[in-house]
Amino acid sequence: MASEGDRRADLEVDEPRRSRILGALGSGGGGARAVAIALLSTIVFVVVVVVVVGNSPGWPAVHKGFFSWTYYKSAFPETARAFRLNVEIFLIAECLILPFALLIAVLRSLPGPVFFPFRALAIMYADFFRGVPTILMIAWLGFGVPGLQISGVPTSTTFWAVVALVLIYSAYVSEVYRAGIDSVHPSQEAAARSLGLTRGQTLRKVILPQAVRRVIPPLLNDFIGLQKDTALVGILGAVEAFQQTEIDTAATFNFTAYLVAATLFVAITIPLARFTDWLIARDRRRRQAQGLFA
Amino acid sequence: MKPGQLTVGTDNPAYPPWYAGGTKSSFWKINDPSTGKGFESATVYAVAKQLGFSPSAVHWTYVPFNRAFAPGKKSFDFDINQISYTPQRAKVVTFSKSYYDVNQAIVVLKGTPIASVHSVAGLRSFKLGAQIGTTSYAFITSTIKPTKQPSVYPQNAGAVQALKNKQIDGLVVDLPTAFFVSSAQVPHSEVLGQFNSGGGAGYFGMVFAKGNPLATCVDQSLTKLRANGTLQQIQQKWLAKATGAPTLK
Repeated sequence: MASEGDRRADLEVDEPRRSRILGALGSGGGGARAVAIALLSTIVFVVVVVVVVGNSPGWPAVHKGFFSWTYYKSAFPETARAFRLNVEIFLIAECLILPFALLIAVLRSLPGPVFFPFRALAIMYADFFRGVPTILMIAWLGFGVPGLQISGVPTSTTFWAVVALVLIYSAYVSEVYRAGIDSVHPSQEAAARSLGLTRGQTLRKVILPQAVRRVIPPLLNDFIGLQKDTALVGILGAVEAFQQTEIDTAATFNFTAYLVAATLFVAITIPLARFTDWLIARDRRRRQAQGLFA
Repeated sequence: MKPGQLTVGTDNPAYPPWYAGGTKSSFWKINDPSTGKGFESATVYAVAKQLGFSPSAVHWTYVPFNRAFAPGKKSFDFDINQISYTPQRAKVVTFSKSYYDVNQAIVVLKGTPIASVHSVAGLRSFKLGAQIGTTSYAFITSTIKPTKQPSVYPQNAGAVQALKNKQIDGLVVDLPTAFFVSSAQVPHSEVLGQFNSGGGAGYFGMVFAKGNPLATCVDQSLTKLRANGTLQQIQQKWLAKATGAPTLK
């Protein structure tokens, strides 16, 4: 256990790290001067960008073509409606990915020669589905499987889009889980087994709880990636947010609708990213406070 | 674009009946637009002749649909790619006069329930599809008003596959393309009918950078080609099959 003194030392060491965005602002000494410099450099940066972009010969056309308020307003309701399909897809997919990927990760972590076929399958799975571009997988499944014309097999584009995303993202997420499982020290398993827990109980009650908690931030990271990749589903003809903007763009020859889709995606990914940051910070504080990894 | 040269853009692959004659280049798929065969290719060479360009001075360049109207310097003098004129689009680019007055049509699989429909209202309960960039999608949503969300495909290939797979019941495309889809792309399919767009309301125009003065010259050429019957001949030669579909009302 860490002593009181150790804990305080840890917190002091941690202090400057916490405010990476503000650079040296928080590190004590010359605070006002640092703020002034930061403010000035920000203003200079913004002014330079505005002047360079605003004076570029094509700016009026780009402004009208990509950032028109009139088109923004007219494209918003339809795009927001189409965005519901994205939300549906990534929510359903995520609910399937989390358990499926865990299963693959566990299979890959099974020790001993008996389980070799499972490990080999899990490795092949992760290698293949991480390697194949998502859009190809969506096209193959979404056009290919219904093309077999087997009765009873769904032809719904949403269904196959979800299947493709689950297959691809489970490969990524299984690797995240595996990293978490590997990060739990072998002594934990040895201790659990020596207490009389079976291999299954050890996995369920000792290894996985620690492993999963550690990888929550990268899991959320992959979840954000998944949200954006729902925009690839349009290739199957589904009218999701991005496809809706393509329709608007083709109808008006104005690209502002893209900005609408971007707003919608960012509106849900930014809160999630901040939440992830907060989890990471909380986790680091806790671990350091407990002195477990000091 | 380049002095002494007429740079014309179109999409790749270049589909029949707009382009024909096959391809020997590794770049152009299905058809090489510089063969002078196919409706759009033949029209371009006829216009070029009127403008005083020899066939060898006509240079083709690949322009994906979105590039035709993206802001910035254009890589073509004009783009010809079955692009329908609409007043909204004309705010961004300059369109030539009509080189083809177009009707929308619907392709279905023979023997499916939709194949026995004979009215626009009858189509309402089916799953319809269209391709992005065509006015077919707007036609579906504003005129047919189906009860199911229509599907929209970024590429012709996707739309065709979806029809084959029965993921959609009917594909709405322009009439000449409909005949190409039913005769060459989707086995056991037929053109169920065409829609009366109401006195040539829909037409394909060549696309120029906004305010390009060349558009006026091309318009004069088109007027002349229409008056002396050349355009009609080209149409008969390449789009003759694209007539005779029953009109759905």
